This record gives sequence, structure tokens and C-alpha cells, in this order.
Amino acid sequence: MESSEAIWRTVLLLDYNTRLVVLATALLGLASGLIGTFLLLRKRSLMGDTLAHATLPGLSLAFLLFVTFGGSGKSLPVLLLGALAGGGLGALGVLWIRKYTRLKDDAAMGIVLSVFFSAGVVLLSMIQKIPGASAAGLESFLYGSVASMVLTDLYVLMGAAIFATALALLCHKEFRLLCFDEHFALSQGWPVRRLDAALLGIVTLITVAGLQAVGLILMIAFLIIPAAAARFWTDRLDLLLLISALLGAVSGWLGAGLSAVLPKAPAGAVIILCATACFILSLLVGRQSGLIWRVYRQTQLKRQTTHQHLLRAIFEMTESRPESAVTQGALAARRSWTRRELCRGIRRACKRGFIEATASEEWKLTPLGIVEAIRLTRNHRLWEHYLLEYADIAPAHVDHNADTIEHVLDPGLVRRLEARIGKLYPKGHGMTPDLPPSPHQIAQSSERSSS
Amino acid sequence: MSNATQDHRARPSASTPSAISIRDLTVAYQQKPVIWDIDLELPKGALIAVVGPNGAGKSTLLKSALELIPRTAGEVLVDGAPFRKQRHRVAYVPQRESVDWDFPVNALEVVTMGTYRRLGWFRPVTRACRERARNALAQVGLADYATRQISKLSGGQQQRVFLARALAQDADIYFMDEPFAAVDASTEQAIVELLHTLRSAGKTCLVVHHDLATVPRYFNWLVLLNMRVVKSGPMDETFTAENLRKTYGGKLSLMSDAISAFSQQAKS
Repeated sequence: MESSEAIWRTVLLLDYNTRLVVLATALLGLASGLIGTFLLLRKRSLMGDTLAHATLPGLSLAFLLFVTFGGSGKSLPVLLLGALAGGGLGALGVLWIRKYTRLKDDAAMGIVLSVFFSAGVVLLSMIQKIPGASAAGLESFLYGSVASMVLTDLYVLMGAAIFATALALLCHKEFRLLCFDEHFALSQGWPVRRLDAALLGIVTLITVAGLQAVGLILMIAFLIIPAAAARFWTDRLDLLLLISALLGAVSGWLGAGLSAVLPKAPAGAVIILCATACFILSLLVGRQSGLIWRVYRQTQLKRQTTHQHLLRAIFEMTESRPESAVTQGALAARRSWTRRELCRGIRRACKRGFIEATASEEWKLTPLGIVEAIRLTRNHRLWEHYLLEYADIAPAHVDHNADTIEHVLDPGLVRRLEARIGKLYPKGHGMTPDLPPSPHQIAQSSERSSS
Repeated sequence: MSNATQDHRARPSASTPSAISIRDLTVAYQQKPVIWDIDLELPKGALIAVVGPNGAGKSTLLKSALELIPRTAGEVLVDGAPFRKQRHRVAYVPQRESVDWDFPVNALEVVTMGTYRRLGWFRPVTRACRERARNALAQVGLADYATRQISKLSGGQQQRVFLARALAQDADIYFMDEPFAAVDASTEQAIVELLHTLRSAGKTCLVVHHDLATVPRYFNWLVLLNMRVVKSGPMDETFTAENLRKTYGGKLSLMSDAISAFSQQAKS
């Protein structure tokens, strides 16, 4: 098909006419992915949206003024300066409302966003009635249009994107501190307000630069979605910035490529849909907290828990006579596990060589299984003792699924728990001197198995 | 546990300048004073507890002294010089709840933030900074947790990460806001040991504390606060039933706590 070939040619930069557009939009995506991460971490997403919407009256006023003084009205630098001023005024408006009224941030931003945007829409409709002044270019600032961009537009866009990227990288350490703990930053003497202003300044720059390609309504999505998607892949800030920038660049690249071929669809929407595709992909397969991995880990956890319960159950039922066997019926009665869970658990433990069948539906621990069961039981009982010992603060720390208790609690604390248990039950108690007894009564296995 | 009150206790005298002087400090929100006319001379090398009922302005005192919130009036001197000029010598340990622990950094990266100011603008984090942060983490007993994401630390460990970050600043004066709040026994122990280490290195610690029972054991200087300073002085002179009653007033449940703590202290 011809159109799909055209799309490929565009995306692969084979088409000379669109090559620069695609590259410039990818660069914009890189910059907005980078700065968007800080915006998201600073929890100022709505502020970015407010800024973007507040550019519209600035744009329209600049156009009107320029037309009044005899220009054609379509000079890009003038329009962008107007947009910049509009965005800046919007941000100041938010700060002003916050300072002098009792309204909270979200209300202040909601007010500024809607007031500025409606003023912009009204101005836009006035512009369209001016005879002779072609306002067609202005409409593209709403939803974005890569087709209408000319060479100088692209240079402006690329310059702004590179400048914003450089600034974000330069202030990387300062922004990290600002986003994590502003009070600490302040106590160290960092000018937190100026850093905040710098962050919003870069956001404004990127927003204004992206007006033509993405449009002011959807620009916030281009800032936030790559960062949100990257969060599924990592919990390290450096990697987060890298991945977010990459995802932004990829969505800009694909989006611009697609919309160059489909000039009727607004470019902003196409680009954001590409970013959303990246987001959904990350949501599903993200290595850190993607859905598939979460489900996988949960299944593993469940399996592991059943495994631990099984070995511990057999061990505790036969603690005094470790070589004896237990019946499946007795095991089933011991815990509230379904028959299927139990059968699966037994099958897996057999395969791993922890238990063996002595007769039909009768099982005992292998020597390997005894070692493993002792380890598991020790962990479990240490946790129980810990809970008894530190009932007031313990629940926050308990992690029954930690492979060993030492992975969660300090070694010192574990030693103290062991020491306390050791004092209560001197060595030589039972068959395993290093195994703390359960703090509660263990149901006698013989009673259960005989019934 | 060694008893902080008994060995060489810090007293202010004319010859040694105060580590921290707070003069006429007043903070008001919408005309309503939160703390007012705070005058404090705090001696160098002391472990100072700031104690008072809820809403007494303990955190406000710390924050306004550090200029994190605007003061209505007053000044703060550090070693006789204005706070602004001495800021680099002061480290702050905020309350644990003040940050989002889901933030994508690990323990070591948080502690490294303590070295940022020394690095200055735009300079990237150096290996020396990371080394210093690693040492600070080891000092609070978290050497093995350096690469753990901070949301996966226990509450007590998070508190220790904050302390390590302050240590990495290598300051002379430490302001700590409720470091003992809701921590486990081993963390409490680690913090107490840390306070003693800091004191033997000649550092001054100003600590907001809420547990009257442990105040006389952990600290050697007491500031009783209830919107104004009720009393400030060496622990054994200041920690009296009379002063506690003045601080806690009619809050009966707290009063009984205070009195039982006081009688415990008297017995020991």
C-alpha cells in the first residue's frame, strides 16, 4: 500500500521534505521528557497545563497588535514572544492568588487556566472576523500541525529544545534536591524560589517551542506522559530521566512522522497518541512496576508462600520425630489451603527434592528438605518473636516473605532476638539447637493425623 | 547506656560564647502568634532537648531559626555571627513525613544530597562526595542499604538516612525535628549513640523530643517550650516537676506522664 510505504519513508527519515520536521519533533520530545520528569516529581503537572493554556491570549494579542501596526500578523518570533508573555503572566497570576487569597494551589491554577484560555478563545474569534488577516496559522497553535512549519520554525524549535535540555542537565543536581526535599534545600541555603522559577521557566520555554508542533491543549501531555511511563521501568532518577527523554523522543519521532503523512489529523493528537502507546506498553511490560511483572511476582510470591507453609507444616507436625511421614489428609486439615493449592505445592516440593512419598498420599521430608524447613521455620519464628517483642512498632517492618529476616531487620536486632530466645530455651532443646521454639502452641500432629 | 546528664555537662559562661543565640524570636500566622519572644542561649557541645505539649511551637522554633518559614521578629546568632553567614555550619534533619518516600532515589543518593551545598552550583557529584555519603551511612549502621530504594526502607531506617544526610554535611550544629518519632528500638539506640558521638566531637545538637521518660537520659540541656520559653537550662536543674507543670499546664494525661518521668528521674 502506498500510504504505509509513505509512513515508513517518513519515519525512517528517507523523505527529504519531512526529515527535518521529524528530527525537530523528536528533539522536542527529548527535551520535554527530560524536563517533564522534574515537573512530575515536583508535583506541578497542573502548573504546566496552566502555563500552556495561558499562552493563548498572549499569542492572540501579539497577533492583533502586529496586525494593527501593519504587519501580516504571522511573524513567528512575535507570536512566540506573546505566548511567552501570556504563560509568564499566567504563572504570576497563580502565585498572586496563592499569596493574597486563601485559595489553594489547585483552585488557583484552575481559575487562571480557564480565565486565560477563555480570553484567548474570545480574542481568537475576534481575529477571525478581521478582514484580510489570515488567522489560519493561529488555529494550528491549538492542536498542533507539523505540516504548517517552515524551515525557520524548525530551527527555532530545535534551538529551544537543545537549550532547554542543556539547562535541565546543568541544573540536574539542584532540581533533584528541589523535587525531593525543598525544606532541606532551603536549610542548606539554596534559593528554592529561584530554582522553582527556573524549572517553570524551562517548562514555559518548552511549551512555547512546542506550540506549533503539539499545540497548547495537548502540550502538558507531552511533558507528563513520557515521565509517567518511565516510572514503570525504574526507580532511579538518572535512569528515569534517560528513559523519559527516550520515550519522549520516540513518540515525537513517530508522531511527527505519522502526521506528516496524515496532514488532516492534528499533529498534537497523533503525537500524544504515540506517547500514550509508549505509556500503555510501559504499564504492561515495565520492568519495575509493569502489570505483567507485578502479576508474575505475585504468582511467584503465592507459590513461595505455599512452599514455605508446606515445608513448615510437615516439619512442625514431625518436629519430635523428623523421619516420620504425614498423610495428605492431615496436611490439608492443618491450614486453610485448597486441595489444588496443596497438591501443586506437594508436586513442586517433590520435584525440588524437599519431600518424598513414603506411601500413596503420605509424605516425609528428605534430608535436604529438613535443612530447608529448619531455615524457614527459624525465620518464621524469629518474626513471630519480633512481633511479640516490638508489638508497638513492629508491623511496619514485618516482611514475612523476605527470604531471611536479616534482609529486613538489622543484624543487631536479629542477634538480640536470637539471644533472647536462646536465654528462654537453652541449647540442646529438641532436635535442632539453633531453632527457636514457636511462641505459640503448635497443634499436635499426632492428634490431627490420627483423627 | 551511659547517662548523658552525669558526665561533663555543658554550662554557658561568660567566657564561652553560645553555640546558638536566639533573641526575641516571634513567629505569627495571620496575627496569631505561634511562638513569641523566644530568648535562648544554648551552650556549645550540648545535647539539647526541646520539649513541650502539642502545638507548643517546637517545630516552628526550629524552622524559623533556620529561616525555612518567615519570622515576624527576632534574630538568630550562630557562634556570635548572624545565622545567614554561618548557614553552612548548621545541618537540619526534617521530620520524616515531610518528604515523599516514593521518590525515585536510593539511600546513598539521599545522603549524598548532604554534600551538594559544598559542591556548589552545577558541579556534578564527585566520587569523594559519594565516599563521604557512604561513611555517613555506615555511621548510622546502614552501610548495607546504600542501593536500596528509599520506599523499601523501614521507618526507622528512613529516619537514619535523614540523619546520615545531615552527617554528610559535616556541620557543627545539628537541628533535628523529632528524630525519635515512631522508630524501632534499634534505631532509637543508633540515634542515641550518634548523639553521643556528635557530642564527644564537640558538636551541638538541638533536638525536638516528645518522650518525657527518656529526656533526662538522652540529653543534658533542656528547653521547655509552650509558645514561649518556660525554662531553659542544664537538665538536672531544669527537669523538675514544677517546671513540667508550668509547661504542660492542665493537660492531665501528659501531666501524669511528666510526673512519672520525673519520679523515675528522682529515683535514679
